[in-house]
Amino acid sequence: MDEKITLSKQMLVIRATQSSRNPGVMKRPFSKSRFATQAAFAVMGGITLVYMVTMNTGNVNLVKAVAAFLTNIKFMFLQPTINSDLPKLLVAVAVTVSLAILTTIMGALIAFFTGLLGARNLSTKRRSNTIRMVMAAIRAVPTILWVLIFAINSQLGATAAIIGLNFHSIAYLTKAYSEEFEAINPGTLEALRSTGASYWQIVFQAVLPSVIPTLLSWTFIRLEINFANAIAVGAAAGAGGIGYNLYLDGTYYFDFHAVGTIVYMLLVVILVFEFISMRLRTHYLQKN
Amino acid sequence: MMTDNGQAMQQYFGKRKLVMWSITLIIVGIYVVTALFVNYDSTSVFTTVPKGVTWLLANFVPTSKSMATIPAIIIAMIGTVGMSVSASLIGAVFALFAAIVGSAVTGIYKPLQVATRIFASFFRNIPLVAWAMILLFSFKQNDLTGFLALFFTSFGYLTRAFMETIEDTAGPAIEALKATGASYWQIVFRGVVPMAATSLMSWLLYMVENNVRDATLVGMLTGTGIGFLFDYYYKSFDYDVVGIVILVTVVVVVALEMISNKVRRLIM
Repeated sequence: MDEKITLSKQMLVIRATQSSRNPGVMKRPFSKSRFATQAAFAVMGGITLVYMVTMNTGNVNLVKAVAAFLTNIKFMFLQPTINSDLPKLLVAVAVTVSLAILTTIMGALIAFFTGLLGARNLSTKRRSNTIRMVMAAIRAVPTILWVLIFAINSQLGATAAIIGLNFHSIAYLTKAYSEEFEAINPGTLEALRSTGASYWQIVFQAVLPSVIPTLLSWTFIRLEINFANAIAVGAAAGAGGIGYNLYLDGTYYFDFHAVGTIVYMLLVVILVFEFISMRLRTHYLQKN
Repeated sequence: MMTDNGQAMQQYFGKRKLVMWSITLIIVGIYVVTALFVNYDSTSVFTTVPKGVTWLLANFVPTSKSMATIPAIIIAMIGTVGMSVSASLIGAVFALFAAIVGSAVTGIYKPLQVATRIFASFFRNIPLVAWAMILLFSFKQNDLTGFLALFFTSFGYLTRAFMETIEDTAGPAIEALKATGASYWQIVFRGVVPMAATSLMSWLLYMVENNVRDATLVGMLTGTGIGFLFDYYYKSFDYDVVGIVILVTVVVVVALEMISNKVRRLIM
């Protein structure tokens, strides 16, 4: 799930550069852009073809499997069971939500300061480059691996999950925050510096107020990602929460109906998150 | 006048301070309540992280035995990259058709537009892990299960992304094309798709990068690719090999990111 939504921001930049390139001209004798697009498409097509042919399907009868899959889907989504387990499942969902919230709050706090260090206009070149490199390396390791690495030392549970999830969370938010800081009008900073304002005065009186809405929307995007990751951690690392229930019902009890109930619960949480972040964003947009 | 202004300013800043403090208090409150609920000891961070990092540096050091596993790890990694690329590309093809049917500018039948949006949102919002679990029921532990899980989420996500791209980039051009008397299919495949092609490609590249990371997780559940190798060596305490697996993953993810940034610069 990670970082998918980041693109919506990138796309804005892309669109901005495109519109400045005279979109009205349709005749292109030879375009490097078109050639690169086609080449990239061809390479990916080749890889896909080879992969699909050589894929190991493990002797599964495809027709039977698809039929079984559709029946299971029907069980899950049309006949989810609601039984005495419900309170237990609700607690498990609450655990997963709590893990996501704790990770996000901790991550946002730390990333605010690392983001300041990483922003070119508020830091030195060397510091910002170092931060960028470290964060890129952290982001390259999948979240679940971070959790498992820390689980070796501090046992599986809330601590390992929160620390492991935080590595990715901090790296992601640092990148997002420092890009927002860099977008601040340089004139404002210069004006404040010339008045003799201290670094923290600049940060808290000028930088923070003007970027709060965007920082907030990034933080909420990360909360959604952290929730998905917290489920994954429960399922793949047994770190508790609803992910673990999902894993047990899915791979040990083969209880299609229970899996359906869990999936519905997750959908409700995701929709609530989306609703809150939408409301917050419109609230801030109206104010500013 | 000056004093009025000063008072207003003081009031304004006083109010802002109050709002800031109450927000801070609410956040601290949420933190404390959730931490108590999951039994999380905040101070443990200061001991766990340094201990974990020193342990990491001491135990993940490659040995001659772990060096021997490199070829197997690279082969597994190639499989994982193959899975990610195919799931993204095939997901993109389906997503393109769904986006054409569902977008406000190219869709022709309103109920079908709404249905497509709901259909895609269903695939997008069910977490990857849940898809993997559901698919494991019927498709068992193999590459196909992982591929399908990645394909489903990629399809859901790209449909939404493509829809927005088509609406933004091709909206105005459609009127012009209609005026020339072009047919619907001419408008879509000669006008809309080529115009949006570079943006669509950029999304697709992003999906590939993401899927490589997600494929690790899926691999753990479905017993395939690099995720399986990590899980296997992790559970048998061969941490020197685990170190190599992580190293290979980092190198491949960073390389992919660099390649796709390069391609993005070329096509933009």
